[in-house]
Amino acid sequence: MTHDTGRTAPTARRGPGPGPGPGSGTAPGPSPGRPLPTATASPFPSSSRRRPRRRPARGLDGGRAPWIYLAPALVVLGGLLVYPVYQLGLISLLEYTQAQVSGGEPTSFQGLGNYAALLRDPQFRQVLLATVVFAAACVVTTLAVGCALAVLLTRIRALPRLVLMLAALGAWATPAVTGSTVWVFLFDPDSGPVNRMLGLGDFSWTYGRYSAFALVLFEVVWCSFPFVMVTVYAGIRAVPAEVLEAAALDGASQWRTWRSVTAPILRPVLLVVTIQSVIWDFKVFTQIYVMTNGGGIAGQNLVLNVYAYQTAFASSQYSLGAAIGVVMLLILLAITLVHLRIVRRQGEEL
Amino acid sequence: MRTHRPRRLAAEAAALLIAAVVAFPLYWMALSALKPAGEIQSTDARPWTLSPSLDSFRRVFEQQDFGRYFLNSLFVAGAVVLASALIAFLAATAVTRFRFRFRTTLLVMFLIAQMVPVEALTIPLFFLMRDLGQLNTLGSLILPHIAFSLPFAIWMLRGFVRAVPEALEEAAYVDGASRARFLWQILFPLVLPGLVATSVFSFISTWNDFLFAKSFLISDTSQSTLPMALLVFFKPDENDWGGIMAASTVMTVPVLVFFVLVQRRLVSGLGGAVKD
Repeated sequence: MTHDTGRTAPTARRGPGPGPGPGSGTAPGPSPGRPLPTATASPFPSSSRRRPRRRPARGLDGGRAPWIYLAPALVVLGGLLVYPVYQLGLISLLEYTQAQVSGGEPTSFQGLGNYAALLRDPQFRQVLLATVVFAAACVVTTLAVGCALAVLLTRIRALPRLVLMLAALGAWATPAVTGSTVWVFLFDPDSGPVNRMLGLGDFSWTYGRYSAFALVLFEVVWCSFPFVMVTVYAGIRAVPAEVLEAAALDGASQWRTWRSVTAPILRPVLLVVTIQSVIWDFKVFTQIYVMTNGGGIAGQNLVLNVYAYQTAFASSQYSLGAAIGVVMLLILLAITLVHLRIVRRQGEEL
Repeated sequence: MRTHRPRRLAAEAAALLIAAVVAFPLYWMALSALKPAGEIQSTDARPWTLSPSLDSFRRVFEQQDFGRYFLNSLFVAGAVVLASALIAFLAATAVTRFRFRFRTTLLVMFLIAQMVPVEALTIPLFFLMRDLGQLNTLGSLILPHIAFSLPFAIWMLRGFVRAVPEALEEAAYVDGASRARFLWQILFPLVLPGLVATSVFSFISTWNDFLFAKSFLISDTSQSTLPMALLVFFKPDENDWGGIMAASTVMTVPVLVFFVLVQRRLVSGLGGAVKD
């Protein structure tokens, strides 16, 4: 069962968009116990062609067929993802500003000069720190809210559960751009309802550095907790009732049941939602850009992603912006590789 | 079972209260879009309105070519959804129904590709689009978004393709069906609900994008898309919150509708098609 939920949860990955919804959390997965392709793999090429038909079609050795099916995807990804990533790395090693773009000056190779410049730049260090702290705060809050509400969902009857689920799905489906405009409006010092309800007068949330970050955090948590809630709820529902009953019969307390039965079974699901939130919150762009008007007063609310964009396009320092992009890419790559290692150690199949 | 009655009632009350808080921003958005201008400015922000008006919507559609931007956005998102669904279907079939060298490597690559920060690639993509002569065209939005939707779409579709029983494939071949026939006449209809579900994600990310629109559609505003138009409107200092909220509502509703439709098709599709 762990096995099943662990693998199906990633179908809901990529935080903010609406997902397949509550009922489908465990649906699209493979039935447990079915042999997986790599598990039945046998030595390859020509000999397998003569394999008798009784073998499951799943492990079909199609010769060139899989590559023909993959061709369109590989062409598109190669041209529009891999090549741009390569270009990004290349630009980060060049001197590339407005002068070079317009052809006024020849491009010159800088080696790691741009990266050295970044390391010396106090603002870069500050933005890096802000990004890490902000992403961590978002992840912790999102996970806490999402998990708490998932547990709450298991304690209530169908109707209130449906109401909460619908509200969460609405937040989930809201595009980041409109979510941002709405939250700025809610906290607007002049006409927003929040300040009035809390009696804050004309306190401007976007003026101070921390209050602006807090405002963005509220919006980020609002639109990303539903993913955590729905996935974790599906995970809890997948815990077999007999196991819980057995624990209850043995006189285990609720806390003990949670710690010794539910939590271990939920581990793969929690891992997926954590990693997903980390990756997603580290890349936050739209909310910061829209809510703090491109990075806040004097860039006080910049995070790496927005900083890279502003450096490249607002200041026309394309190579410096590209170097920031590469730094981000490397950090996210490291996180993804750690994730893959943990998943593999748990014996999950790809 | 073990939960006491008053406790459960308290939990339910809390759930309803939280639901109200979570739904409040969307409610407030729609409400403010419908409020007459005077009420939005007034000091007592009432959570209802007795005289709803469409003035804000009218203003949005008149001041800017909002209808056109809406269609542009719809066209871009539609093209991305169709193209990425087809390409991802073929690729997901390849990685789930076949065994071949580099299969696992490819899967890891698809996973890694999902974490690439799209925004950072704006710089090289800008130059790529310039070289392809796509700047100021909707193609400059469609092409990158197809690429960025693919890794996730493939990853998610695998589960749906895998759920189609092998026996079906064997039976088809025994009955003399060609591989292409099996692919398009048997596998494709069965995976369709999954394809539709996957397409929500490509739809959302494309629909939401303003960065590529901002960067690649430099001079030709007739090619602009909805988020761009909304952000042009978005000037908190000028206090036209009615207009901003009307524009936000116009942009949010299609996504909500699509989401609701997909929900239903997804559930029915899964219930019907994947019986062994």
